Amino acid sequence: MALDDSKKVKNFKVVGTRPNRPDGIDKVTGRARFGADMVAPGMLTGRILRSPHAHARILRIDASKAEALPGVKAVVTRADFGDVPDHVADVMDNCMAGDKALYDGHAVAAIAASSAAVARKALKLIEVDYEVLPHVTDVDEAMKPGAPVLHEGRQQETVPSGMSGNVIARSEFGHGDIEAGLAKADRVVERTYRTGATHQGYIEPHACLATMSADGQGDLWVCTQGHYMVRNVCAAILGLEQGQLRVTASEIGGGFGGKTVVFLEPVALMLAKKSGRPVKMVMSRSEVLRATGPTASTSIDVKIGMTKEGRITAAFAELRYQGGAYPGSPVDMGAMSAFAPYDLENVKTVGWDVVTNRPKAAAYRAPGAPMAAYAVESAIDELAKGFGLDPLAVRLMNGADEGTKASYGPTYPAIGLKATLEAAHRHPHWTAPLGENQGRGVACGFWFNFGGDTCVSLNVTPDGTVTVSEGNPDIGGSRASMTMMAAEELGIPYDQVRTIIADTGSLGQNEVTDGSRVTFAVGLATIEAARAAKREMCRRAAMIWGIDEEAVEWEDGAARPAGPNAGKFPPMTIKEIAAVASNTGGPIAGHHEVTAEGAGVSFATHMVDVEVDPETGATKILRYTVFQDAGRAVHPSYVEGQFQGGAVQGIGWALNEEYIYGEDGILQNAGFLDYRIPVASDLPMIDTVILEIPNPGHPYGVRGVGETSIVPPLAAVANAVSAAAGVRMTRLPMSPPRVLAAMQAAKG
Amino acid sequence: MSRIHVTTKINGDETEFLCDAEATLLDVLRDELGLTGTKEGCGTGDCGACSVTVDGRLVCSCLMLGAEAEGREIATIEGMAAGEVLHPLQKKFIEMAALQCGICTPGILVAAKSLLERNPDPSEEEVRYWLAGNLCRCTGYDKIIRAVLETAADMRRAS
Amino acid sequence: MVKVVLWGSLAESAEGQREVAVEAATLRDLLDGLGETFPGLRAELERGVSVSIDGRVYNDSWFTPIRPDSEVVLLKRLKGG
Repeated sequence: MALDDSKKVKNFKVVGTRPNRPDGIDKVTGRARFGADMVAPGMLTGRILRSPHAHARILRIDASKAEALPGVKAVVTRADFGDVPDHVADVMDNCMAGDKALYDGHAVAAIAASSAAVARKALKLIEVDYEVLPHVTDVDEAMKPGAPVLHEGRQQETVPSGMSGNVIARSEFGHGDIEAGLAKADRVVERTYRTGATHQGYIEPHACLATMSADGQGDLWVCTQGHYMVRNVCAAILGLEQGQLRVTASEIGGGFGGKTVVFLEPVALMLAKKSGRPVKMVMSRSEVLRATGPTASTSIDVKIGMTKEGRITAAFAELRYQGGAYPGSPVDMGAMSAFAPYDLENVKTVGWDVVTNRPKAAAYRAPGAPMAAYAVESAIDELAKGFGLDPLAVRLMNGADEGTKASYGPTYPAIGLKATLEAAHRHPHWTAPLGENQGRGVACGFWFNFGGDTCVSLNVTPDGTVTVSEGNPDIGGSRASMTMMAAEELGIPYDQVRTIIADTGSLGQNEVTDGSRVTFAVGLATIEAARAAKREMCRRAAMIWGIDEEAVEWEDGAARPAGPNAGKFPPMTIKEIAAVASNTGGPIAGHHEVTAEGAGVSFATHMVDVEVDPETGATKILRYTVFQDAGRAVHPSYVEGQFQGGAVQGIGWALNEEYIYGEDGILQNAGFLDYRIPVASDLPMIDTVILEIPNPGHPYGVRGVGETSIVPPLAAVANAVSAAAGVRMTRLPMSPPRVLAAMQAAKG
Repeated sequence: MSRIHVTTKINGDETEFLCDAEATLLDVLRDELGLTGTKEGCGTGDCGACSVTVDGRLVCSCLMLGAEAEGREIATIEGMAAGEVLHPLQKKFIEMAALQCGICTPGILVAAKSLLERNPDPSEEEVRYWLAGNLCRCTGYDKIIRAVLETAADMRRAS
Repeated sequence: MVKVVLWGSLAESAEGQREVAVEAATLRDLLDGLGETFPGLRAELERGVSVSIDGRVYNDSWFTPIRPDSEVVLLKRLKGG
């Protein structure tokens, strides 16, 4: 396990341990302030009026009755925003509809009022005349020639002529010759798989508090994965200077990709501008589900050929992803990652980006990859079982390794896929007995991981303790990992460092908390900032000792003469150096600004046992084990937490979760009762095995871990259910009626 | 519309407030009394983020009217620690990393405390079913369940 | 000259070539050179790409050095959650 692994690395003192998180007490006492917890004097309540139609032309909006209601201080429609720059045009349109409402729940107007009761009443007084248009919510339907078209003129040059205007882009990846490869196969499996749209399901609804002054200065408090992104997008939409808009990130109650975009914020700022008062907006759960980012629903064809020994001779997938009402579904990521775990001579994927009358898809943890992995890993499983082969051995035989040319192009450096497969093979879970109606499934998954713009500022206080300011909202314990890396590098105890998330006025640009980038990229910048501070402290010690800077080194929290020739001086600790900083040149700090590149890719293998009730088709998860490469687990408890959380989100995707639209294009399950995410009684413990294959792109070897964990579970659960039910499940979620129907159909 | 005057006890303190007839207890706690530790995740009783106890009974405060608090004793997350001394569940949740984002944590702690008051020696299954009304999207529940079980064991040893 | 591998459908915009060669010592040279030599690639370059250089993925850093024998693969712009 991780704790033991980290002990093997003798030179780490803090990294690999499990200290209490610095925000722990605030979070367990209710003191932590999330998006909806902030108030301002004179604050108004903002609310949004949403389209009741899936697709409709907005002919007229008359808010005069609402404006006349006592307590209503501002009404905002799209007309208030005017023209916005091209790069934020879709974002603007998604935040507030222009000519057309494009999905059930699309915002069409907003009001700010003195109380929630007045706001509710005012919304009902806004008159909107709609011309209802035909709609389409299914990806395959939307691609048909004749389907209702959402946008004109958005199709890319990559799409063959004659296709529906809803088909926005086509992309193709791979190498080799599929037909030649298939000809060498002893068996070919060809199937179509479908996955439902799922929501990130963060428990905290979107919320913000906006203030906007007549002089163009604005302040925004918001729960987001990236307050610098919020600043830049809102400034562009409202025509503000970025430097005049200060955004402070609240504590964030989950995001999983869904809070990497704006929904309320530009509207709240506009309401605040028009009313001259602070405006607080909080979404209801129904609004979150109807109008914020779910992920794509998909339809995927897979064709894989295999020899009877288990070698894959050719692998093809065609992926169709609907990403809601605007271009940009995550299909490219799905097409690039689909076969990434394998070393293949002949591989090809084709991706289609399709728009439909659904809310615009937002990123969801490894966006695009889980659905692709579900389809591919299901087909591999079917082939392996068809030949009576061990599915782990088949994956090992075909698995990618250092030097493998990835299906998306590059040659891999050191990677951990085979380590996860070997760990899975060795684990007692693999050979544990199964009972009646039970099945075991395994699957692999891959994610790219990113870096991006990052700033860290580290200050040494006069008493020699340290503050770290970083610009990425802490979504799952990252303040603890930054604190640990700073303490490690400086050679001081964990509790001598405090890390905060700085507002947009305090640091330069920071990329959103996404792409599993924070521990990697912010960690890298924290380490570099600490190194800069160490160099400065060595310089100060050298001045005091009257020796060359180069003759001083830093070790265990103190400057020391480097070697006997440097002179004999007792070490000067960080506290001693800090105490005389004013006498040696001024306050001591280190900072680092970087566009972090070189994030290492990450792989996982998941193993799950299920029992399917033959009477009801209901699936019970019996046992689950995650094997994943973390590069270096900085705080193993939170690495395990990422593994467990991703696995369980994937279980929900596999078994329960799905956006259900009626014939009328209206979302039928916009609440947690009917959009059912996994609850504690649905689950067993989620066991984890952390592998550590260091990432050469990070000083401590860290790889992102947050996203990969949601890639394998859809397929692992589907393979287990298929084994238990005795029939291949080709559609997610595998809800009890679907499983039951499949079992009955298989029986004939 | 006249507001309703309510006298109640919250976390041991006599408290009076005025509320609209339709205001939920959650609205009152958060918006009138500034007790924002109790969270709103759904407003329909499905997520448990707003869990409080009323006369010792675990309820979703979004499903109860503020006016119904008259004469009752309410306990929220803000009353769980005794000054700077954390409740054993709070301490264990931090030590065992039983939270990631922390938005569901107040509701889960209130619910778990309520469980341990009724059943000091719950099985894993009993903890899972008791907490089935409290949604957590980050953790997969593993560390939460372990933290509750370990706290129960510690508290039994201590008593 | 640096050899650049294009993804399948991108080759269609580069006169059908899966591998093209451009004169480049840095990432910026590479992106500029691709757009100049193959105007058909400009639409995709403007939408944004990621570039794998010797197995490491770069998004933005213009002055990332590229050696003549580097393995360079153009990727769709990576996005995360």
